[in-house]
Amino acid sequence: MHEHTHRFRRPVATVASLGLIGALAACGGGGGGGDAASSPGVTKDTIVVGTHQPLTGPAAAGYSSISPATKAYFDYVNSKGGVHGRKITYKVKDDGYNPANTQKVVRELVLKDKVFAIVNGLGTPTHTGVLDFLKTNKVPDLFVASGSRNWNQVKKYPTTFGFQADYTTEAKVQATYIKANLAGKKVCFLGQDDDFGRDALLGLTQVLGEDGVAERQKYVTSNTNVAPQIGKLKSAGCEVVSLATVPGFTALAVGTAARLKFQPQWISTSVGADLNTVGGALGKAAPLLEGFLSSNYLPSAFDAEDPWVKQFKKINAEFNDDAPFTGNTVYGMTVGYLFVQALQQNGKDLTRESLMETVEKGGLDGSGLGKLRYAKDDHAGYGGVRMAKVTGTSQDYFGPTYSTDDGDTPVEEYTEEPTQPPADGIPTE
Amino acid sequence: MIELLARHTLLRHLLVTLAAGVALLALTYTLSPYRNYQLATMAAYLCATAGLTVLVGLSGQLSLGHGALMAVGAYTYALMSAEVGDRGTTGPMLLLLPLVAAVVATAIVGGIVGLAGARLFGPYLAGLTLTLTIVVPAITTTFADQLGGDQGLSVLVEPAPASLGITFPLERWQAWIACAAALLTMLLLANLVHSRFGREMRAVRDDEVAARLSGINVQRTKVIVFVVSAATAGLGGGILAILTQSVSPGAFSLAFSLFLLMAVVIGGIGSLAGAVWGALLLVALPEITDSLADNIGSSPQLAERLDGNLSLAVFGLVLILVTIVFPRGIQGLVSAVSQRTRRSGRPPSSRPGTTTTEDPPTTTSSESIDA
Repeated sequence: MHEHTHRFRRPVATVASLGLIGALAACGGGGGGGDAASSPGVTKDTIVVGTHQPLTGPAAAGYSSISPATKAYFDYVNSKGGVHGRKITYKVKDDGYNPANTQKVVRELVLKDKVFAIVNGLGTPTHTGVLDFLKTNKVPDLFVASGSRNWNQVKKYPTTFGFQADYTTEAKVQATYIKANLAGKKVCFLGQDDDFGRDALLGLTQVLGEDGVAERQKYVTSNTNVAPQIGKLKSAGCEVVSLATVPGFTALAVGTAARLKFQPQWISTSVGADLNTVGGALGKAAPLLEGFLSSNYLPSAFDAEDPWVKQFKKINAEFNDDAPFTGNTVYGMTVGYLFVQALQQNGKDLTRESLMETVEKGGLDGSGLGKLRYAKDDHAGYGGVRMAKVTGTSQDYFGPTYSTDDGDTPVEEYTEEPTQPPADGIPTE
Repeated sequence: MIELLARHTLLRHLLVTLAAGVALLALTYTLSPYRNYQLATMAAYLCATAGLTVLVGLSGQLSLGHGALMAVGAYTYALMSAEVGDRGTTGPMLLLLPLVAAVVATAIVGGIVGLAGARLFGPYLAGLTLTLTIVVPAITTTFADQLGGDQGLSVLVEPAPASLGITFPLERWQAWIACAAALLTMLLLANLVHSRFGREMRAVRDDEVAARLSGINVQRTKVIVFVVSAATAGLGGGILAILTQSVSPGAFSLAFSLFLLMAVVIGGIGSLAGAVWGALLLVALPEITDSLADNIGSSPQLAERLDGNLSLAVFGLVLILVTIVFPRGIQGLVSAVSQRTRRSGRPPSSRPGTTTTEDPPTTTSSESIDA
């Protein structure tokens, strides 16, 4: 009896499995449509773009407010009729800063939701993993939200464009400041254990020399205990600590150091330095940030007189539920502005190829302190970096803006005036 | 003809595999790239769930570490593909060499764990395999220079062969590779289950003392099953590395290992067809719940919060329901239903309602886990 049922069961099982596969097929297919000439995600009156963001997880602090700001800017533009008659839909997917999730959600965006482009995908470790996929599918990968030099590899990844001043550029400006103002002090480094940390360290050692950075420590986002690293920095007698950390870990580093009675001069890259975010994470201990130095390339959210900040604040109030206005808001809206500007300059006939050519023409500006470096053989973002300092509850720029690149171009003062925003905050052709 | 097939297990399995292969091949031509990617992912999971269901359901060894074993396979694939790629290897060898390495490396790890595990019972073996899962991120961080830390490694994957045409979607090619691996796994495991060795491992599962008295080497049997199961998990991991063109520890979390086990239980433990259901669930459930979350979430904030989390809750709920309502899993339900319909289709020799004597016989797939 047993043997008998066995023989019959197997075919049943197989048929069942095949039936399953058939069901999969049934929900496949379909979709598509539209005219052959245009790119995916673009119709007569809509453009669908997507992004992956850490709305949850170790990097959510601060960064989770970037995509709402970008979306608010798009909503603002849509409310004024969109770009060339097309309204922008921004699909935001949470990847929790986990590279494995990024793989999944970016495939969903590109293959299932058929987005026209990925705009401002966030994170060095996360976005690095999808570069090959985006290249294979020829998807424009615009304004990556990270300062890694990975985004500027025109030959290897022709569809990927950076946005931020890269970490190497930022670190070179920091190192120049250290050389001039903190000479003779022992300089150390704490960085994320990936290309983010490596790129920043590269910039530091380029200016200060290999011996110029005494103690080097790294951390991983999956382990929130940084006491061992901070302990080593303390026992090495560090006086200046350069940070390549995400905001949550900047707060952890500063907080842990205070507990260990270690108070060096901190200098952070822009991505880990937003006062509202880091101060918020520190809570009552926020005064520890007094004198905290950082480099940045976008207007300070605390500068109420800056025309860009004024404009963005207005949009934030109207389209972003008046969310707390921080460096992340300025960041997100600048991304939105750049994408709209690229669409405007591209004209009505929009394809993936045409948009990338438009960006390579180098006509974009936005709120940055320096210029965007886009060209046919250069996909690096902003090049102008300035130092900022925390005093009380404000974080303000001081000194000149510098410009340099991720190679061995020396750090020089940048003298041109920053761009002014158009009257209604929407770029024209 | 049917007599012949009934007598020759290998022939029967080969024919079924061939038929499934043809059906899948045809299927990949009708699917969109995204569905092909999902099909490929499902096939990669199937390699692991099939091995796991044999291990847990038929040899009675509970493993919570199959995610970690997949990680071993995936990382081996990444390292090996970089190595052979650097030496200028291209074409099929760039694909096959790393896959073989992934299977071998995972089998070795499986052998070591299996040797220790064969001396342990139930929860202790579960604990041992659990630690395997937990140390994965620690190992990738400690050897960050080789394994890339949290960021992981990127995997060298060639596009589909040029002979298939320039517009041939990469996803379809990946689906072919993955389905081929899954079919091979299923074929080998089906034969193993039906062999003398298959009967031996069931004997070991049911009663070790009795098995030993019948002349079965219990330790040896257990270790071999563990090695086989690990090897299939390694193959699945290698395939996953190909699909995502990268490996990172986040893909092989503790939750993932538990998901694999849950999928096997829900699908029908000990049954290879159940492993297919399990793999399908692993791919389909997050998809369904995510679209659900997008639709029911009146506010985008709620949708964002549900996104990714809802599937966890639904998976748990399904597990509870399945265990209570049909403890033999989906496959148990399917075969029960198909038997009943077959009987009711026949001229009634007995009236419905008096079927007490016709309850489906308990077969290999139905026994509970000893743990």
